[in-house]
Amino acid sequence: MKVVVDLTRCQGYAQCAFAAPDVFVIQGDEALLYDTEPDDAQREKIVRAAAACPVQAIFLDRDDTRDDTRIQEPAPETHVAAPGPGEAFKRTGRIVIVGASLAGLRAGRTLRQEGFTGSLTVIGDEPHAPYDRPPLSKQVLMGQVPARRTGLPRRDELDAHWRFGVAATGLDLSGKQVLLADGEKVEFDRLLIATGVRARPWPNEAEAALDGLFALRTPEDAEGLRQRLAAGPGRVLVIGAGFTGCEVASACRELDLRVTVLERGPAPLAGALGAVIGGVAAQMQRDNGVDLRCGVRVESLEGDDSGRLRRARLSDGSTLDVEVAVAALGSIRNVEWLEGSGLAAGAWGVACDAGCRAVDVNGLVTDDVFVAGDVARCPHPVYDYQYLALEHWGNAVAQAGIAAHNMISTQSERWPHLALPEFWSTQFGTEIKSVGVPTHADHVVIAQGSVAERRFVAVYGYRGRITAAVAFNQAKWLEFYAGLIDRAAPFPPSFRTVDRPTDGHPVAAEVPERPTPQATVVVTGHGPSERRATLVRRTYL
Amino acid sequence: MTRTSTWQQILDPSHRADPYPLYTELRKTPVVRVEDGTYVVSTYREIVSLLHDPRLSSDARNLPEVGADVAAQYEEGLPGLPPNFIRTDPPEHDRLRRLLTRNFGPPHRPERIDGMMSDLLGIVTRLIDDFTGEDGSGTVRVDIVDDFAYPFPVTVICELLGVPREDEPRFQVMSGAVIETADPTTGGIVERQRRRAKAVADLGQYFAQLLDARHGRRGDDLLSGLLSGDSDEAPMSREEILSNAALLLVAGHETTVNLVTNGMLTLLRHPEVLDRLRRGDEPDLAAHVVEELLRYEPPVQFLSSGRNTLDDIEIAGTTIPKGSPVALVLASGSRDPGFVTDPDRFDPDREHNEHLGFGGGIHYCFGAPLARPETQIALTQLAHRLKNPRLVADPPPYRTSPSLRGPRHLLIEIDGVDPA
Repeated sequence: MKVVVDLTRCQGYAQCAFAAPDVFVIQGDEALLYDTEPDDAQREKIVRAAAACPVQAIFLDRDDTRDDTRIQEPAPETHVAAPGPGEAFKRTGRIVIVGASLAGLRAGRTLRQEGFTGSLTVIGDEPHAPYDRPPLSKQVLMGQVPARRTGLPRRDELDAHWRFGVAATGLDLSGKQVLLADGEKVEFDRLLIATGVRARPWPNEAEAALDGLFALRTPEDAEGLRQRLAAGPGRVLVIGAGFTGCEVASACRELDLRVTVLERGPAPLAGALGAVIGGVAAQMQRDNGVDLRCGVRVESLEGDDSGRLRRARLSDGSTLDVEVAVAALGSIRNVEWLEGSGLAAGAWGVACDAGCRAVDVNGLVTDDVFVAGDVARCPHPVYDYQYLALEHWGNAVAQAGIAAHNMISTQSERWPHLALPEFWSTQFGTEIKSVGVPTHADHVVIAQGSVAERRFVAVYGYRGRITAAVAFNQAKWLEFYAGLIDRAAPFPPSFRTVDRPTDGHPVAAEVPERPTPQATVVVTGHGPSERRATLVRRTYL
Repeated sequence: MTRTSTWQQILDPSHRADPYPLYTELRKTPVVRVEDGTYVVSTYREIVSLLHDPRLSSDARNLPEVGADVAAQYEEGLPGLPPNFIRTDPPEHDRLRRLLTRNFGPPHRPERIDGMMSDLLGIVTRLIDDFTGEDGSGTVRVDIVDDFAYPFPVTVICELLGVPREDEPRFQVMSGAVIETADPTTGGIVERQRRRAKAVADLGQYFAQLLDARHGRRGDDLLSGLLSGDSDEAPMSREEILSNAALLLVAGHETTVNLVTNGMLTLLRHPEVLDRLRRGDEPDLAAHVVEELLRYEPPVQFLSSGRNTLDDIEIAGTTIPKGSPVALVLASGSRDPGFVTDPDRFDPDREHNEHLGFGGGIHYCFGAPLARPETQIALTQLAHRLKNPRLVADPPPYRTSPSLRGPRHLLIEIDGVDPA
């Protein structure tokens, strides 16, 4: 059977691990790792575990008698009236979803749950049915779960036409067609773009071909890396200390492998959490035996005559002998297929409004094209209406739900996607959870707990209001801080709480200055009826 | 009817059989200050919010009047035992709970509860066997409380803690005295705290004798584990062990009894669910019945012991001032129509049951992972084996406590018992 846990909701109560200890495993205080496709013999215990979850975050596949309607937002109040054009579309419309991963699957389910009975086509370039990625950098690398067994529960019931292993290569907006790699054209009335991201490849092509260098995004990547790790290499090199890099390093230490992490920034996770909290993550790595080197880059990778990785030359002049390296360089959005489509799609993602409707190259909102998941970039009122692109599991779920709802709703019934960004990472037996946007900050303060014990809540502020909170092993408090962000509560928090550290003074957050991705646009025409923008250069890398 | 009188009626034992209409009344004012100065919170979202609010302390010593009295007692040379973990705040709370969990569940003993399943079934089987004579037939009257729902969890907690089962008459009295102090109708908050400290000290004295009598012998029980200090952090002090052992003993047998009894009563009132459970062709049903029970007839109706505000808390349009005692009415929140559809219907098929039966946040019920399988096994076996069970009296007589609510007796008649 298939199991997926919404770890954005999970608060580490561990009830599942009591009920089904062979399936759900707690590391440290509250980090949960679980078997994604456990044996059917465990079924009864797993059902009990799911029933016992205090936040109802465990979802099982269709064999289960229970449904997981909770991801779905409450149905809007519908007024019984003569069916309008919207109702007709719900019955007989044609919806195409490009992207068969978490967002695409969730959108499809929401469409069906909200009564869409028309035709549904889901197109995915990977040959697999929808699968869950977070386990690939954790349970899979540790050898607890096979790489190809992280399938997401329940897709059959969608009554969709699935097209796996065929990429979308173009979009004809005026003709309302998606072009596929095999030459087929798929017509739609409404389209959802959920093509996500891919791993950023190693920039030097010759070096990228070296045997032993891995990226980590797909089950194939994870399986290849797992095999190498299982063979017990003398040292593993992790290039880049974002979340994926840190989790790979954690898995290596779990397997008792020597691991060196190179980060060109000042600290691990600094890009997401700032260098102050990144410094805590750095200490955590070192305490766990990671050879962490910050402010260092790989100048080149060298192989032997048979093309096997042997050595890395570093920017500090040193070299490292390595047979296995993981390039954890972040991601690239899958937007090439939209080139020339007229949508505002580029390295920054596909722009959309808060209702997930795609924005065209002129900045106009389209009517029938929607965007969700990692590839989407939409304005968030809480963050000064800045466009945010969020590569978070929880965002894919929430945004896909909103997009799907809006695809089959009339204007007045549409919802804005205003969920606060949330993400988690499980590493070194510690659960790191975040709510809000930690990089939207000028200061940070430890509001609760102890950094030394690595159980604390850090609160981020921007110009005197709270904009984010990050918890290390303190997930149960986080929703309180989410409430403060929602209410634009003043920063620093001044109230008295339990477990208030004595030295809790705000310090500079040290978040990275992030250049906005460059879009080169040429505007032509004179009068208002003529002025039009054109994207003239792709800047995907 | 004024709002304050609603709370008084809830506390009044004459309403114990069905407090739920009063909760409906109470929820009209989600946060209300009652006669003794306590802020009573009765709606789902507000309760959940406060369960996760770090401005809410569980350490009663933060209340000025309690703190002053504790200091006064100390002056008098009666410091008593340190507070148990549910009456402390982090970081103390987290440390104590971590040390207790070390011998109870994940990450260090993940298999412990799962490994108890056959023992639980064995105890339940023997208790039901004893309902009738040898041949298991003939109409008999059984008290589900005294003959089943009380002895079952007591036996389990004794084994788990390492307490001799035959001492039950001794600690039952002391435990009852502790429980009584959770009832706001028995006295003011300071007086109850004092009485509680005395009752806990008595129970602690019992545990002290127990430990001394062991002469350092260690077993696989929780007490042994607490003493052994096999952890990378320092073990609890002896006083901390006595205080927390007392809590586990009390909580372990004063709450599950009510969950099991409320469960049997509810099943007898919903024979269609009892039938489904008896048929046994829905292996998932028992788990969902128990979760729905925790929502519909929870053994802990409200949390009041010592929770208080460390700062002003603005919630639902009310400001709870700093230094106020707070009561969270979990049983009301779980029936809040603002969060639960059709809340007054017992429906084990309910999807997404995010009830408050075990509380929430860092103080989420420590014993929940044990109480769940205990109740699942108990109700399943009662349903399977009892022939034609029927209530003798409905409603049954209730215990007086408004917070730890459950029948004092639950008399049923059966036409015999099927073999296990």
